[in-house]
Amino acid sequence: MNDGKLLEEIERYLNGEMSPEERKQFELLRKGDTAINTKIAEHQEFVKLLKQYSDRLALEGRLDAIHDEIDVHTLTEELMVHPSWVVRLWRNHHSKISVAASIAIFAILCTLFVTGNLSNQESKYIQLRGEVVRLKQKTDRLNQTVAQGNRPVKNTLERFSGTGFAITSNGLLVTNYHVVSENDSVYVQNAAGKSFKAKVLYTQPENDIAILKITDTSFRNLPPIPYTIKKAESDLAESVYTYGYPQESGTYGYGKVTSANGLNGDSLDYQISIPINPGNSGGPLMDDKGNVIGIVQAKQTQLEGVHFAVKSSYLLSAIDSLDKKVNLNTKNTLANLTPVQQLKKLKNYVFMVKVYDK
Amino acid sequence: MNKELKGSIPTDSEVILGILNNSESVLKRLYVAYFPMVLQLIINNNGSPDDAKDIYQEAIIILYNKIKAGDFELSSKLKTFIYSVCRRLWLKRLSQMSRYSGDIKDFQDYSPVEDEVERQNDMDMQFSKMEAALRLLGEPCKTIMEDFYIHNRSMQEICERFGYTNADNAKTQKYKCLQRLKKLFFHQK
Repeated sequence: MNDGKLLEEIERYLNGEMSPEERKQFELLRKGDTAINTKIAEHQEFVKLLKQYSDRLALEGRLDAIHDEIDVHTLTEELMVHPSWVVRLWRNHHSKISVAASIAIFAILCTLFVTGNLSNQESKYIQLRGEVVRLKQKTDRLNQTVAQGNRPVKNTLERFSGTGFAITSNGLLVTNYHVVSENDSVYVQNAAGKSFKAKVLYTQPENDIAILKITDTSFRNLPPIPYTIKKAESDLAESVYTYGYPQESGTYGYGKVTSANGLNGDSLDYQISIPINPGNSGGPLMDDKGNVIGIVQAKQTQLEGVHFAVKSSYLLSAIDSLDKKVNLNTKNTLANLTPVQQLKKLKNYVFMVKVYDK
Repeated sequence: MNKELKGSIPTDSEVILGILNNSESVLKRLYVAYFPMVLQLIINNNGSPDDAKDIYQEAIIILYNKIKAGDFELSSKLKTFIYSVCRRLWLKRLSQMSRYSGDIKDFQDYSPVEDEVERQNDMDMQFSKMEAALRLLGEPCKTIMEDFYIHNRSMQEICERFGYTNADNAKTQKYKCLQRLKKLFFHQK
């Protein structure tokens, strides 16, 4: 009997389709053969599984049909416990929210770090203050050097060229000490462009004053000095002007006395608002009545628009301390002239001082 | 319709009798009566209405099979039994999806039903194995198997349906199909 035949027999046996004789015969066969017995059991079991499967499929179909009649949506609305929306949001999305928050915090920290705001603001301020203090110290040092005045900032122009003005008609000139210091020879050049040899007669380094004497034989005496040297101190806001040689041709500068004291309260100087260049050093500072009230000190500083002039009283004391008595002009012939006329006269008494190093 | 059905919650013994007698209306009343309870459990514990349907139907099938098998003893209320089974199934599902946060919001009393659920798990496995085997079997074998073993059609009917020239051909075909189905079923991983 082949397997197909046997299966058919088993099925017929299980379904009770056998006639009594057949059944008897099959049961005999079954008793004698355990292999057939297990086959029957296996088959029975498998068919049962198939049945269970189909039953379940059918049941699911029925349940689905019932389910379809229920209004699930309305029920859902009714039965949903509604905690506050924040709680629900948190409950449903807490992991996402946590991740987002972490990213946000990280991003903020990164931004702060990159922009440098994370580091202490205080220290930055202190740094800035430190910078200011350092700058201040630097400026102070510079100003000190300048105020002590003997050796102002070196400049080729300054060193080799300045301005001087006559105080007597016989060739005594006044200039700044710093113009003629470290000289080998000094020449002065008048407004007409004629040069004369000169020598340094007297210096007062502490007041930055030098008195020169024209020694050149070609020098002829000047006409009488038209200006006087003012003894009294000038007032603030007094109009002043100067004439000097910051360049090859003479230059007029106009301004006011802005302070009775120089740098750091230095009483040697006036502070003036005339635009001044290095070559102006040693030029006369005139008030508008034609009095010499000071000697322009064309010191370079880091301060803008601030310049200084040695007060005339120091000039007078310097003249006084000369070996030979000097007769200063006492008659001011410029007083009633217009600035233009004053300058026309003045420029003949103002010289370019040239200093040569060997 | 819901409202009127809701009004007629079947008694527990009614349900048992009804299922044993294959009463469609009892099944329906049972289903409609307890679905809202399970829906409430699922949707308030991270589930969707579709999840609720799956879980509830599985619980009903467990109950159904238990009653059909004749080993259902009404130790607690039917309502509690259904709720407990659904709760157990849902906890399992949640931990499978790793959405279980450690606490579940309960709306009913419940009793331990681990055994029932485990047994159902075995049956579920066999069910899905059979489903897969039949799918792999393909036509016309699948229909022949279903017709003969499930719908109890005779070989003669099958023979006519599939246009076999004689019953012996059909029988041979049926035998081959059955052998293949068994092989597919038992050799699945």
